[in-house]
Amino acid sequence: MLAKRIIPCLDIKDGQTVKGTNFVNLRKAGDPVELGRAYSEQGADELVYLDITASHEGRKTFTDLVKRVAANISIPFTVGGGIHELSDVDRLLSAGADKVSINSSAIKNPQLIDDIAKHFGAQVCVVAIDAKQTKFGWKCFLNGGRIETDKDLFDWAKEANERGAGEILFTSMDHDGVKTGYANEALATLSDLLTIPVIASGGAGNMEHFKDTFVKGKADAALAASVFHFGEIKIPELKHYLCAEGINVRL
Amino acid sequence: MNIAIVKYNAGNIYSVDYALKRLGVEAVITSDKEILTKADKVIFPGVGEAETTMNYLREQKLDLLIKDLKQPTLGICLGMQLMCRHSEEGNADCLGIFDIDVKKFQPKRHEDKVPHMGWNTLTNTNSDLFKGFEKEEFVYFVHSFYVPLNDYTAATTDYILPYSSALHKDNFYATQFHPEKSGAVGERILRNFLDL
Repeated sequence: MLAKRIIPCLDIKDGQTVKGTNFVNLRKAGDPVELGRAYSEQGADELVYLDITASHEGRKTFTDLVKRVAANISIPFTVGGGIHELSDVDRLLSAGADKVSINSSAIKNPQLIDDIAKHFGAQVCVVAIDAKQTKFGWKCFLNGGRIETDKDLFDWAKEANERGAGEILFTSMDHDGVKTGYANEALATLSDLLTIPVIASGGAGNMEHFKDTFVKGKADAALAASVFHFGEIKIPELKHYLCAEGINVRL
Repeated sequence: MNIAIVKYNAGNIYSVDYALKRLGVEAVITSDKEILTKADKVIFPGVGEAETTMNYLREQKLDLLIKDLKQPTLGICLGMQLMCRHSEEGNADCLGIFDIDVKKFQPKRHEDKVPHMGWNTLTNTNSDLFKGFEKEEFVYFVHSFYVPLNDYTAATTDYILPYSSALHKDNFYATQFHPEKSGAVGERILRNFLDL
């Protein structure tokens, strides 16, 4: 049976891991390759490396990092941040990434999803969506949550699915960094709506939150950052807990 | 030991090279016919689309070469599917090493998402690739097409239906999953292949 996946996410700035709370207040949390290798050995199923550097120089540093990750780590990893066109995808896949995650650039240019799927295969294309509940429903945000759009979360996720996305990575900005659990209601709606896997992101604070997002949120995978980086949840313990709760995980 | 990785127009070739390096093995990535023919072992990896890659292999005359290899040869993911007779992906005639056709997954329930992506278990393993396995191990899959169970099935995985997650016939071995992305279990499978 296909296992539910546990995915640590590493935010990278200038070649170092950082993690924000509600997208601000960045704290340093270790060397990205060493951290990734440690997670892999502990039983993480995949890794996500998100480049939050904006500069051109930072891009090059990140590409070098992707090469080091590919050389050192034996589980799949996704990279995101600063991907605007096919040449960016080509550069990162050539450096050894298994998948790329696109966010703002997909909202600005949805055709990018079609193009990535056509050139590199749907499985390569993860569409990440940052959304927040407003009085008009769940709305998508751009640029790390700084700019609101009029795009509805569910409409956009469905469109991304139809255009050829391989997975949807949904981050609830209301839940991110506050450790009160994932946005399971919205996740379950997404899971029922889409024909591709959904990765839950934002809100993990304890082990029960992971169980809830797999059961109530019907998520295929759960992503978290700070609870792993600061050792508040250890992946082997989390997986044994989930297994005891009847959830199929890779042990 | 000379290990050659077939270089062609498919993605993910370098992941296999990295995985071999982690095992302390230096492979050569090449489409040079002489090097491939003389290598002790050949790995035929790949992520991509069946028809496009088969056309390329034919143009480069690598199709006949791969079929005629006599040393242990390992196809991975698309590599395995190309070793079969025909693929529904692009209605492509393939190498025909394994006398079986590649089908597209047909979801039966909403939960049956395609591609089959993530970690799933190997059952009924019956090849030297899986030497030392004591339980049903998890390996990493990404694919939308599958090889049905057949006489050459060397491991079975259940997703939508039970299908061949590995094949073996004479000197030809193949895995639908990615040993190079399957952590310690994948490393053991690659080591077993190198030890053949």
